[in-house]
Amino acid sequence: MAQAFFWNRDVECLPRPELEQLQVERLRRTVARAIERVPLYRQRLTEAGIKPEDMTSLDDLRRLPFTTKDDLRDTFPFGMFAVPMEQVVRIHASSGTTGKQTVVGYTRGDLGVWSEVMARTLGAGGTRAGDRVQNAYGYGLFTGGLGIHYGAETVGASVIPISGGQTKRQVQIMQDFGTTVLCCTPSYALVIAEAGMEMGLDLSKLGLRVGFFGAEPWTEGMRAEIEAKLAIDALDIYGLSEIIGPGVAYECLEKSGLHIAEDHFLPEVIDPESCEPVGPGECGELVFTSLTKEALPLIRYRTRDLTVLNPEPCACGRSCRRMLRVTGRSDDMLIIRGVNVFPSQIESVIVGIEGVAPHYLLVVDRKPGKMDELEVWIEISENLFSDEMKELEKLEQVVRAEIESTLGISVRVKLVEPKSIARSEGKAKRVVDRRELFK
Amino acid sequence: MSAQLRNQAGAHEGSQAGATAHGVSPDAAMPHRVTGISIFLENKSGRLAQVTQALADVGINMRALCIAETIDYGVLRIIVNDPALAKRVLTEGGFTVTETNVLVVEIEDRPGGLARVIKVLAAAQINIEYIYAFLTRSEKAFVVFRLEKLEEAVRALQAAGVRILTGAEVYAL
Repeated sequence: MAQAFFWNRDVECLPRPELEQLQVERLRRTVARAIERVPLYRQRLTEAGIKPEDMTSLDDLRRLPFTTKDDLRDTFPFGMFAVPMEQVVRIHASSGTTGKQTVVGYTRGDLGVWSEVMARTLGAGGTRAGDRVQNAYGYGLFTGGLGIHYGAETVGASVIPISGGQTKRQVQIMQDFGTTVLCCTPSYALVIAEAGMEMGLDLSKLGLRVGFFGAEPWTEGMRAEIEAKLAIDALDIYGLSEIIGPGVAYECLEKSGLHIAEDHFLPEVIDPESCEPVGPGECGELVFTSLTKEALPLIRYRTRDLTVLNPEPCACGRSCRRMLRVTGRSDDMLIIRGVNVFPSQIESVIVGIEGVAPHYLLVVDRKPGKMDELEVWIEISENLFSDEMKELEKLEQVVRAEIESTLGISVRVKLVEPKSIARSEGKAKRVVDRRELFK
Repeated sequence: MSAQLRNQAGAHEGSQAGATAHGVSPDAAMPHRVTGISIFLENKSGRLAQVTQALADVGINMRALCIAETIDYGVLRIIVNDPALAKRVLTEGGFTVTETNVLVVEIEDRPGGLARVIKVLAAAQINIEYIYAFLTRSEKAFVVFRLEKLEEAVRALQAAGVRILTGAEVYAL
């Protein structure tokens, strides 16, 4: 058995009956708050004939309507906030075209919960005062950077808020400051390892102990590689901004599933087609109901992430259920270098460029030791084709710049021959993912 | 084979009119304007073979050829004896084809032959988009120019005594 570390052992190991009692009480409060303060919920819950006092057991959860990303978009930017802006002390947003972003808000209390669940996350890997936490998640509207930051400060570690990029500098600081904990996307961990080798440094000798990797799908193969190259425990973390950001679920050193902070986020797994709960141990779409969120309470929020819930107790002693590594999506969202990308966003850019046919293919790849690469294949047409190379390059450049400014990530544009992108009947195949993350 | 060739040549009389309407074929006002054919080719094996076979099947003879390439694709530029027919068969074959106006200039096949012509264009401040050369069984070499200002280029070259081939001459080479 691996060594077990806790930030908040009492809560993390709360006996199931007590935990479930707490969840029902908090569910009732969340429903009451939603009806009272969020017009969208007031209408939906009233129409469904739901009253807060109807929530007498966790089974009553199934009577509540679902919430989707579209609900957040339709009420863009702050329409689902349950508090006046005077109480909102932080705003984050996911990437997306203007008006299509998912905007989330936090009260001071929400930031406290976020810090707490992130402290549990980092604490589960043994992070404590004295540790030097190199935080290479991006700081900004993305929740990764600041989520880790507050959690690391809460456990009393020394935070190095280096953010993403500048890989050589990452390696240098790792060496100079004696980093013991690394936080970044798993593919960036491998990029750092690669850079270290190129700089002639053995990063496995630097005193790194543990790493917290998330914001993108990864595999056990990548875990083995990161652990070998950096001589650390590589732990998977899970979160989404709508629910709070990172901190929703985290691995302990057993590395056998991610513990969900169930006293704050109530999980369910449903069949994405029928929307009925799946049987025990079956894979389905993960759904969360926030139990303590003040600024943005969400009821049965469909994450679109596919996973399995494991109710078996973990060897570490935590009572909260575990979700397995996310095995896919129930929509077509791609996660590229930690950024959420919907093919429809790219499509809207392409059709907006004059003369470009709406036939495109997205090819995602992750070469060993490299970050994700997104190629956008676009069919050339007779009216776009010029036999001057500079004109073709200009076309590629325009498309690239437009997509990059919309998505906030770099892409490679490739011109291909007309009709070379397969047309399928019905739903067109727009994505080829060569990363083999879900196999 | 030669009978078939003549048949194809005869068939092209009709298509000539259509191309002229687009303003890129040789005409009375610009006898020196030559129609080049450019084809977009993805870098995948067999693509060039398909183009050349499609042209061979209808008896098209290539006078000159060059390829400009990037990591993902190439642009094949050719001068043929029957550009209208070439464009038609390639388009029908699913290729992306465009016609471009180029000049074909005769130069001495000896050191300095090309330099002389380029100097004339430079003096007239005419930018060259691209250039490639070809030889025939004669003493002369020929250079294909795609130029920014075609008509000005013709005047400058002619004033300098450079021989520019007419479309009819090029297609009959």
